[in-house]
Amino acid sequence: MSAVKKSVVVERLRKAQIVEFLSKEKRLDGRGLLDFRPIKIETGIIEKANGSARVRIGNTQVIAGVKIEIGEPFPDTPEMGLLVVNVEVLPLSSAYAEPGPPDEEAIELARVVDRGIRESKMVDLSKLVLIPGKKVHAIFVDVDILDTDGNLFDAASYATVASIATSTMPKFSVGQNGQIKQEDEAVPLQINCIPVSITLAKIDGEFIVDPTSEEEGVMDARITLTFDDDGNIRAGQKGQPGTLDFNQVKLAVNIAKDRAKEIREIIKESIKDAKG
Amino acid sequence: MIELIDEKGLRRDGRRVDEIRPLKIEVGVLKNADGSSYIEFGKNKIVVAVYGPKEVHPKHLALPDRSILRCRYHMAPFSTDTRKHPQPSRREIEISKVISEALEPALILEDYPRTVINVYLEVLQADGGSRCAGITASTVALADAGIPMRDMVVACAVGKISGQVVLDLNDTEDKEGEADMPVAIMPNLNQTTLLQLDGILTPEEFEKGFEMAVNACRHIYEVQRKALIDKYFGKNEVGEE
Repeated sequence: MSAVKKSVVVERLRKAQIVEFLSKEKRLDGRGLLDFRPIKIETGIIEKANGSARVRIGNTQVIAGVKIEIGEPFPDTPEMGLLVVNVEVLPLSSAYAEPGPPDEEAIELARVVDRGIRESKMVDLSKLVLIPGKKVHAIFVDVDILDTDGNLFDAASYATVASIATSTMPKFSVGQNGQIKQEDEAVPLQINCIPVSITLAKIDGEFIVDPTSEEEGVMDARITLTFDDDGNIRAGQKGQPGTLDFNQVKLAVNIAKDRAKEIREIIKESIKDAKG
Repeated sequence: MIELIDEKGLRRDGRRVDEIRPLKIEVGVLKNADGSSYIEFGKNKIVVAVYGPKEVHPKHLALPDRSILRCRYHMAPFSTDTRKHPQPSRREIEISKVISEALEPALILEDYPRTVINVYLEVLQADGGSRCAGITASTVALADAGIPMRDMVVACAVGKISGQVVLDLNDTEDKEGEADMPVAIMPNLNQTTLLQLDGILTPEEFEKGFEMAVNACRHIYEVQRKALIDKYFGKNEVGEE
């Protein structure tokens, strides 16, 4: 279930062309190096989910759905609710994805997306406790990758954020005997910030944002950085065998920080009507 | 027991006994797939992708005289009331098999020896009758992929609730009702390609129900046709929305 096309002969042949374009500060699809493709976010598309969102970045298409249930806390965090982000790279998403258990790329994708949301403290898990040590709210975010054309990290992350931000959850009350009763009322899930992940690909020494599958096929290195509302970095992950020199690391942070601000506005716009 | 049909003869969602839920089919919704479709059938929401004909892996499964058809019906974890574990269940594996067998008679697989055609169904939301909606959408996706076919395959369920034979059960009716019978047909060749039944029906109810399902399939077939015509011969381009 590879998330990224790899070793495609045609893409190898394209590398020279991509590099030549990059030297003129252009990309094959006409974008500048630091331009995103059009981003489209729709929320509230799955009625049976507590929250949901479809994100398209160019031809990449993903859907996230939130399910909020009652669960047991982890033994080492008895006073914290659960938040689990899971990403499925479905076989319908590209000719290179196979059915079966997730491979290492799919697992990395899921974990990086999860980390950005978790570390940003978007959801205050300490407020999701019903009976300390016994019963807590468990928030499951499942992301379905439907169509792959690069930058799954950011697409899955935006879908996760938009679906959580538009979630409502059933109200529960705890009786004297420890019985948990579900009330009819639904309340919005409180969020603290809008984490935004930005993924940069390095090709022949140049950084680009929002890489397509074709660009990912020839990239030397990848770096994903997640920012909170105040511009702090909350999570990061470098991927692929290539390296980044120290100046490039700093450059990556600066580029990503600026992009994150713009993308946050797009996400905010998409969730503003859904809340309530 | 919940009252599923009121004194006016209307069901809980306001439908008459012989009425199907609102239906919408879109063609070509995924860029990577060789063919794709999206169906909304009531609250069911399903995406289907077709990949192939292409080389078979593992190779020993290849047949020398025709292509093989493989279907994978999978439910998204958020598609049901309580979260479904992402791993395919026994139910999903069985449904994958019957969907594959419902579609295969319509395909001219002999045209593509030693290859495989993969059909992937992702149920984004399930509300009773997802296998039928999935079959209906799969045929459209196969046509979109340009796979030669003898006929389309169309599916619709009938069942029995509150003592009456009704068309196209939703989730509640399926759970609370007395019988559920999914039917798939090839509408031009007048052949049945899928028939399942659980619950209890008298032979008379069976006959009546089967006829209702066939008629509903003929109606759904027109929607399938229109979706494909709109995509390939339509006056205005049919996009996602």
